[in-house]
This record gives sequence, structure tokens and C-alpha cells, in this order.
Amino acid sequence: MFRFVLKGILRDRSRSLFPIIVVSLIVALVIFNRGFLVGTMNGMFRDTAVISSGHVKVMTHAYQKESQLLPNDLALMNVGEIVEILHLVYPDYFWSPKISFAGLLDLPDEQGETKSQGPVMAYGIDFLSDNSRQYELWELEKRIVSGHMIQRSDDALVGHKLADKLGLSLGDRVTYIGTTMNNAFTTFNFTMVGTFNLGMGPLDKQMMLVDIEGARQALDMEDAASEILGFTHDLYYNDDNVITIRNEFNANHSDTTDIFHSSMIALRDANQMGTMIDLVDWSVFIILGIFLSIAMIVLWNMGIMSGLRRYGEIGVRLAMGETKGQVYRSLILESVIIGTIGTIVGTLIGLPLTYYVQEVGIDYSAAFENLNSTTLIMSTVFYTKVTPDLYYIGIIPGVLATVFGTMLAGRAIYKREMAQLFKELET
Amino acid sequence: MKQIILIILFSFAFGQNEMTVDGIIQAMDDNLNAKSRILTSKMVVHGRRASRTIKSKNWVMGTDLAFTEYLSPPREAGTKMLKVGDKLWTYSPQTDRVIQISGHMLRQSVMGSDMSYKDMMEDESFTDLYTSTLEGSVIIDGRDHWIMVMDAKKKGLSYPKRRAWIDKEYLLPMKEELYAKSGKLLKTSTMDGIKKVQGRWFPSRFIFKDELKRNSKGTEWIIDEIEFDTDIPDSRFSKALLRK
Repeated sequence: MFRFVLKGILRDRSRSLFPIIVVSLIVALVIFNRGFLVGTMNGMFRDTAVISSGHVKVMTHAYQKESQLLPNDLALMNVGEIVEILHLVYPDYFWSPKISFAGLLDLPDEQGETKSQGPVMAYGIDFLSDNSRQYELWELEKRIVSGHMIQRSDDALVGHKLADKLGLSLGDRVTYIGTTMNNAFTTFNFTMVGTFNLGMGPLDKQMMLVDIEGARQALDMEDAASEILGFTHDLYYNDDNVITIRNEFNANHSDTTDIFHSSMIALRDANQMGTMIDLVDWSVFIILGIFLSIAMIVLWNMGIMSGLRRYGEIGVRLAMGETKGQVYRSLILESVIIGTIGTIVGTLIGLPLTYYVQEVGIDYSAAFENLNSTTLIMSTVFYTKVTPDLYYIGIIPGVLATVFGTMLAGRAIYKREMAQLFKELET
Repeated sequence: MKQIILIILFSFAFGQNEMTVDGIIQAMDDNLNAKSRILTSKMVVHGRRASRTIKSKNWVMGTDLAFTEYLSPPREAGTKMLKVGDKLWTYSPQTDRVIQISGHMLRQSVMGSDMSYKDMMEDESFTDLYTSTLEGSVIIDGRDHWIMVMDAKKKGLSYPKRRAWIDKEYLLPMKEELYAKSGKLLKTSTMDGIKKVQGRWFPSRFIFKDELKRNSKGTEWIIDEIEFDTDIPDSRFSKALLRK
């Protein structure tokens, strides 16, 4: 039976070519669509993760409670030791300390008097240690507008809009004015070695990036950090996994008598990201469901068209003694074969396409230009994401929808009146 | 005639302790304020995690001129601050920069303490700045105190209203509550270790507590040495001295 059906498919191209093309296209589209949705959302999560929350982050319980105020007097101490332990206990993640601080950035004139001054929001990031992946995370290769990467602990990268506002030039010594982790007044000189454009609206207007050692010197925070951020090695945010390790960590660090005990929060715990993640999960599910329904209707329609075209053939087969069930089953088997071929071809088209956009991205910056003045923190280049499910997700529209469409269309076989067959064949 | 003589005798016998409100405030000013003062002090800042001790030397002249040099800890040593009127300049040897701090910053915390630059660097006269009303008397730790409420005479003061518990012997505000215009309690301060310095009663320790800081444990300001009415050359209050 299988060989019979396969031969039919191969020999009668009018029976196989169009359905296989349609199924392949639908499968490729579903794969790309899923990869795009997941990639876009993951990109959005990634920006939030890189800038503020990590996939998970560890801080003191007291800091967590007042984190909006950047209370570095409540920062984590003995950070080197904590990071080592985290690497050992959670090897699926890489861990990186970060210091968030704010203050004023002051540019002196030739006499050392204030020439220009403005508020600054700064991050001390571990750029210089061995195996640091922070350049990759911040995508500084493509985001640096002028100058070069941070090479020394007192180097600083300044948001291009902030640099313009203060009239900074490459190589300028700028003084950070703020408070240490002991809330004491502090000033520290950084050298501006470059400007960057994150393409994230207001952040470019007030952000400065420095190496964590520079931040530590400026803020008197030896071996301390505001937070330790954890990221999965493939940078893909897996909500279920993150929740598991968060719960496990917090269960092991639940000394409520010590306000400085370590506490872990997941990306979904930051601001309103939990709602966002749930919303995204549901919207991906709904969009994919709608897409699959449409695909199924198309394939059902294709089955009906095919049934109509093969009306005579089915009639002859019934007239020759094949039972309706045999004909019905052979059509389903045929759809399984067509669906499988279409799924394989569609996956072979969809996956490389998704992978390509994952690497290259689609630049929407022109469309988002007007949004730069808003408080939206979002990258304007969208990337797809090749996830393991993309290797088999094509089976749903490719095989299942094709078979289901054929099953619906094939019901017409049972409506054929045997007494009318010869009369129909005569016409 | 006898009655008149008795009244005069009584007033001599019992009236010597009765001071007018203005007299009390003036006496308090005379104890606390001077034309100038030079002091070496320690500030013990009790943070949420640990305590820090910051040693400094101050030269103060009235309310307009003040110069502070930090002596320790090493990170703060060499940092200098100059206040002239409403302007404050700070010099940090690490950056070798003189940076001006704008007016409102004068109300900000000094070195993470519960004291503001104004608290530390100004020598304010209560008589000139406040209208005082006697609210009553109270005995605290066996010592008699007046309770005085002071309302600002002019706008723009850091504390438009104060309530002071003034020791009747020392004529010093042993405890003060400092309020905002809205009536919100901003800070409390206490003093102890009262001793005679150049003929006046003066505390050797102040404790300030910023009531707006959650979990604040307060800041001790310990006066190690103090000299009043010493001649301070004008050059002490020049920007040039910040870098020296």
C-alpha cells in the first residue's frame, strides 16, 4: 500500500508538487514566525537582562528592598568568593558583578574649573577580567560610535548624546561627583575613551559605562558590587529553569535576621517583567495557533480541491471494488507522505532563514527613530532565535494539519452513492 | 513701706533665676556662637553596615565663612571644603579638582553623616534668626530645662521651626527637634559632655539624627579641641588654599 501510494505521488506530479510546495512554504513560515517571535521577545528580555536584571541576579536582601534608590551602602561584600561559589553551584550560568551608581559628570576647563556638568547614570561592568563576555552582551563592537573599548580601569564610555550635551571629546578627563558606598562625598577622574549608542532612547542621554574596578575605586567598594548578574551560556532566557534556581537559592539563603543575606531574583521578578513574560508566552501561543489554523484551512481547502480533481479516479477505484475505507486510508497515507516531505523541505528552508536573521538581524531603527525620546528601553534591531523546538515544530502544520485537512476533505468519499458511480463515470 | 521693702527683698532672693525668653536665647547664643572658632573634631558616622570615624579641622567665621580640612581616614585625608556665603567648593587630592557645589547641596549630608554642610559649617545666632516662645519647663535626668519653641523670622532657613530643651544652668539646648515648614520632623540633636571653655559652657559631643533617613543610627560629632574668637586671617578662606 505504502509503495503504491508513494509511486502515485512520485509519478503524478500534479498530485504531489503543488501540495508539497504549499506545505513546505507553510512549514518554513511557521518556523520563521516562531523563531522571529521568540527571538524578538528574547531580544527584548536580553536588553533588560543586560542593562538591569540579568537572567537572574543576586544582591543583598536589604539592597533588593531599596534597589530603586541604588543603595550601594547595602551592596554585596566579598563578591569574588560569592561569584566563585555561584560558578560552582550553577555551572549552566556565567556570573558577573555589576555596580550601578548615579551622580554628576563634570568637565573641567583649562583652569580646572567646571566647564560643563550634567547628571549621569553609570554602570561598573566587569569588562577587563579574563573570560569576560560583557563586550558581547553589550554588543559594544557595533554600538561604539567613536573611540575604542575600555582598556583601563579608569576608562569610560559615555552615551553619545550625553557626550554631545557636555561637549566631551575623546581623551577628555571627566570627574565623576557622587557618593561612596559609605555615602561619603567622592570625586573620581575617568578618561573618556569612546562614545556609544545603545539605540535605547533616554539611556544614551545619561549613561556612562566604566570597568567595575574603576567604579570600585570611585565608590570605595573594594570587592563589593551592587549585584551579581547571571546569564545562561547561550543567552537564551528559560523562564522555568530560572525560577527553579531562584527558588532553590532563596531556600538556601533564608536567614531573615540578617538584612544583608544574599537574595536571588529572576528576570521575571524585575519591575513588571513577569507579566510581560507571561503575556509573551501567551501571545506566541495564540499567534502560532492562529497561524496553524489558517494553515490547516488552506490545506483542507487543498484537499477538497484535490478531491474534486480526483473525483473520477476515486470513483473508478470504488467501482473496481476498493472499499471507501481503503480509499480514505490511502488518501491519508498519501497526505502523511506529502506532509512529511513538505515538512522536511520546509524545515530545510525555514531553519537556515531563521538562523540567518538570528545572525544578521532586521534593522527597524528608522521606524523607531521617533521613539528615541520616549522611555522605551528596547533595541531597534530584531533578531530571530533558533530554538530546539524549531527542528520539529514543522510537523504540526506540515503533517498533522495536512492529514487533518485530508481527513476533513476525504469525508466526501463516504458521501459517494455507489449506485450513482457508473452513471457519474459515463458523464 | 514695709511691704515694698519685702517685695524688693523677695525679688532679689528668688528673681535671679527668672530670665526673659530673649535673655535665655541670648545666653544660649553667647555659649554656642562666637566671632570665630577653630576646632578639631571627630565625626562618628553610624552606617547601616558599619561605623566610620572622620577627623577634620574647621575654621569658621560667622555664618558666611568656613574652611574644613579632613585629616583621616586616608581616603578622605586632604579633602578640603570652603564655604563662602551660599557657595561651597570642595577639593579632592585624588582628582586634583576644585569643584563648586550648588546652593541646595549645602543641605546635603556631609560624608554620609546625619549632618548637613550647614549644620557643620555655620555659626547661626538664634536671636537673629528665630522668634522664641517659652513652652514650659521640665526636669530631665534631675536637671531643670526650659522648653523653647523657635519660629524662623526669615524665609529660607534649613529648619523653619525648632523645639529646644534648654538646660537652666548651662544655658545650652541639650536636646533639639528640628522641623520643616510643614511641621515634619527633620532631625533631632542632643549634646553632652558639657564643660567650660574660655568662660562659656560648651558640649564636647553632639549627636545628630536625620529622622528622614530610615534606619539611621545617628552621627556623633565629638569636639576634641576648640578655640573661640581667635583671629583667622582672610587668606584662610581663599580658594587658593584648597590646593595647598
